[in-house]
Amino acid sequence: MKATYREALNQALREEMRRDDRVFLIGEDVAYYQGAFKVSKGFLEEFGPRRVVDTPITELGFTGLAIGAAMAGLRPVVEVMTFNFAILAMDQIVNNAAKVRYMSGGQLSVPLVIRGPGSAAHQLGAQHSQSLEAWFCHVPGLKVVAPATPYDAKGLIKSAIRDENPVVFIEAQLLYPTQGEVGDGDYTIPLGVAEVKRPGTDVTLIAYSKMLLVALDAAAKLAQEGIQAEVVDPRTLRPLDLTTLAASARKTGKVVIVEEGWPVAGLGAQIAESLYQRVFDHLDGPILRVTGRDVPMPYARNLEDAAVPDADRVVAAVHQALYRK
Amino acid sequence: MERAHLLKLYTQMLLVRRFEERCAEMYALGKIGGFCHLYIGEEAVAVGAVDALRPDDYLFSAYRDHGHCLARGSAPKRVMAELFGRATGLCKGKGGSMHLVDAERRFMGGYAIVGGHLPLAAGAAFAVKYRGGDQVVLCFFGEGAVPSGACHETLNLAALWDLPVLFLCENNRYGMGTPVERAVALYSDVAQTASAHGIEARRVDGMDVLAVREAVSMAVDHVRTKRRPYFLEALTYRFLGHSMADPSHGHYRTKAEVDEAKKRDPLLLLKTRLLSERQAGDDDFKRIEQEVAQIVREAVEFADASPFPTEKDLEEDVYT
Repeated sequence: MKATYREALNQALREEMRRDDRVFLIGEDVAYYQGAFKVSKGFLEEFGPRRVVDTPITELGFTGLAIGAAMAGLRPVVEVMTFNFAILAMDQIVNNAAKVRYMSGGQLSVPLVIRGPGSAAHQLGAQHSQSLEAWFCHVPGLKVVAPATPYDAKGLIKSAIRDENPVVFIEAQLLYPTQGEVGDGDYTIPLGVAEVKRPGTDVTLIAYSKMLLVALDAAAKLAQEGIQAEVVDPRTLRPLDLTTLAASARKTGKVVIVEEGWPVAGLGAQIAESLYQRVFDHLDGPILRVTGRDVPMPYARNLEDAAVPDADRVVAAVHQALYRK
Repeated sequence: MERAHLLKLYTQMLLVRRFEERCAEMYALGKIGGFCHLYIGEEAVAVGAVDALRPDDYLFSAYRDHGHCLARGSAPKRVMAELFGRATGLCKGKGGSMHLVDAERRFMGGYAIVGGHLPLAAGAAFAVKYRGGDQVVLCFFGEGAVPSGACHETLNLAALWDLPVLFLCENNRYGMGTPVERAVALYSDVAQTASAHGIEARRVDGMDVLAVREAVSMAVDHVRTKRRPYFLEALTYRFLGHSMADPSHGHYRTKAEVDEAKKRDPLLLLKTRLLSERQAGDDDFKRIEQEVAQIVREAVEFADASPFPTEKDLEEDVYT
């Protein structure tokens, strides 16, 4: 069955809310407006205002409230209108959600999902166009998921909701309208499992979320010149499936990591370090990174395009990794 | 109130007092580390308030949380073991002084980012309402948290959504060294802050355990039956420094001020009253003193004899 990324999330959330009364959706404009990006279309009608809760514009307050509700036995799904606004809730996410279980010696838990779009769309300016996954990945106690396809989005959000730990689930505005096959009915994809999205032998491309589409585009271009790129999507960013990533790196001997976030202390640096520890002797050269440029996102379309990785930059990095040209 | 009940309140306050005094000694000996904020002087608030709760009600506290935890009935030896950082502590030694949790008693924790636990308390109240329960959530915090965004956002949500939460502001007049007059715009009537959000509020003498008991009973009844939040400001005073790291007086307040406040020591107030009303005699207080001394001694012995957590425990409880 074909579905958009948006529809896949809608189906999955709907199925989870039907399955478990403890699951509820809370966030800005999720009920009457049906979600800023229409992910919760039809929810108010089906589940009512008890379980589809519009909030005032107070991320700290409602995220903290959801954490408290999770501690008291519910399973909240918090929609942040965009992850830029989650910055206002960072204290709640880092100091409460991530630590309550540990600080209490395992007495309390926080089964919570915080979801919404991250990364840039088009010309939304510096405050609405950033990829903050590295911030969340830094924190023990959180799990971080960033699916790229409708199929993965559906299976992973279900696992996230059923998980006993707080899960940061990062979507992307530009992915919402993308289409793909989605499995019929109830299926889950375990957190912490990567997937080879395109098999290849010459170079490993590691990419997640929107950048997976860029990497696949680059792989198609590379194939035309006879280079077989293997594209691997970690899907879950914490915990990382290093077994799958390392197996691919071992096979090809060359690795290029594609990420939209800023280069300094970015997630790609962490992935590279982890791979060096495991497969250094199997590599033919240094791991390369294609990242967002080290600037706040500009508004002008041409500058914005220059700031975000595209297929051409990935192809160029692969050429460099293969010592071509 | 029955004599037995009055003596129970006195005993609980004395337990907190003597427990905290031993904490100070153990801190000086290096048995307790880190930040340690003692509750001496404020006992009437925790004891009076918790006494008005049901066992299935929820509690949240801030970093000065020993008194609330003990008042809720947590085993003193497991609290002391936690302060000693031992595996037998309430939180297996992973929480410490500022993060006591006793989930079995619905003591949902001490939190050490000022104001940061208020949304959690509202969340537990949200869960109660969601399930159609009639529990109340009691949230302790200092007046230092009142100006925070977390506090205002939480008061707004609690009022907006009719959440069954009782906000209990322990106004001890100082956020560390900053007096309330220099921190809260509505310092002369902190409870007005809640009124601004449409939450009923009042003030109570936090040194008088019976006044606290009565005010909290009334407030809990309001929350439980009207399903509306309530805000109570308890006027209290800490007799010691902000934490073990600073003296009781100095740059920000005078010895005379502290001595004046001690004239209304909550233990003294209740004891004087019980003696004058002939509800209790010297023998009673002597017996209670001995009982409490025994409990505190055993708590220290238990903590001292307990093993430290092992390296194996380090990475446990991060995830399920």
